[in-house]
Amino acid sequence: MTEPVLIRADASDHRVARYAAAAIVLSIAEAAIPTPLPGVKPGLANIIVLLVLLRHGWSEAAWVALLRVFAASLLLGQLFAPGFFLSLTGTLTTLALLAAAVHLPRRWFGPVSLSVLAAFAHIGGQMLLARVWLVPHEGLWGLWPVFSATATLFGTINGLITAKLLQDQRQ
Amino acid sequence: MHLRQWLLLLRPGDYAVVLAAIAATLAAGLSLWGPDLPTTAVIRAAGQTVASLPLDRPGVFDVKGPLGTTHIEVQPGRARVASDPGPRQYCVKQGWLTRSGAAAICAPNEVSLQLQGRREAYDSMSY
Repeated sequence: MTEPVLIRADASDHRVARYAAAAIVLSIAEAAIPTPLPGVKPGLANIIVLLVLLRHGWSEAAWVALLRVFAASLLLGQLFAPGFFLSLTGTLTTLALLAAAVHLPRRWFGPVSLSVLAAFAHIGGQMLLARVWLVPHEGLWGLWPVFSATATLFGTINGLITAKLLQDQRQ
Repeated sequence: MHLRQWLLLLRPGDYAVVLAAIAATLAAGLSLWGPDLPTTAVIRAAGQTVASLPLDRPGVFDVKGPLGTTHIEVQPGRARVASDPGPRQYCVKQGWLTRSGAAAICAPNEVSLQLQGRREAYDSMSY
C-alpha cells in the first residue's frame, strides 16, 4: 500500500485564499450595482489584486486575480458565458501588463499608476475580445471613450484606496 | 480624510499617468464623436472621378466638360467652384464648401465637387 499523499497548505496558500475570498466578495457586491453598459463598473476586486501585487509579488496576485474570475463567475451563474470570457481576457491582459509595470521605479510610480494602467489593460483586452468574437463590427470602437473614461476614473480611485490601505498597514 | 491627504498618496509619475489617461480619453472622444472635418475634395466629370485634392494646402484645378472649363479652387479646409460655363451658376453661387459630405454640382457641364472626411455620411446619393 502506498502512503496517502498529504498536500499541506503553506502560509502563501492561506494568504492567497484569504485575499481571493475578499476579491470574490467585492465582485459579488459590485454585481448588484446597476450599470448602463457592460464593462462600466468600479472593478473593486482590482484593489485586492494590486494590494497583493505590492505586498507579496506578481505570482500571488495572479493567483488571486484568476481565482476571483472563476469563483465570482461560478457564483453569479456566469461561468463560461460571454461575460466570463471577457472578464478572463481582461484579467489576463492586466496581469501581463502588471508583470512589466511592477518594475517601474516605485519612487515615481505608486499604486495609482499601476491601477490606471491595469484598468486600461483590462478594458483594452475586453474590447479586443469583444471586437474579434462578440461584436465583429468596427462600430464597437464608438464605445471606447466611455470605457476610457471609466478606466481613468475608477483606476484612479481604486489606486488611491490601494495606496491608503498600504499606508495604513505601514503605520 | 481631506482631499489634501488623498493627494499626498500620489507620486510624481502618478500625476503624469492620470493626466495621460485623461488626455487619451478626451482625444478618443473628440476623434470618435467629434465633428468630422473634410480632408479631400473629390472632383468628378461625367460621373468619373478626375481628381482628389487634399484640403490641407491651397490649389486650383480645371475640368473640361461639354460646355467648357470649370475652375475649382481649394484652400485649407474648404473648396469652391470658382467659375463655371453653365447658364444658371448654381454651383458657383453655393460658395465655399466647408462640411464633410457637402457637394456643389454643375449639372450642365457635368462636373461635381464634393468634400470628403474620414467617414462617409451616406452610402450613395442620387440626384
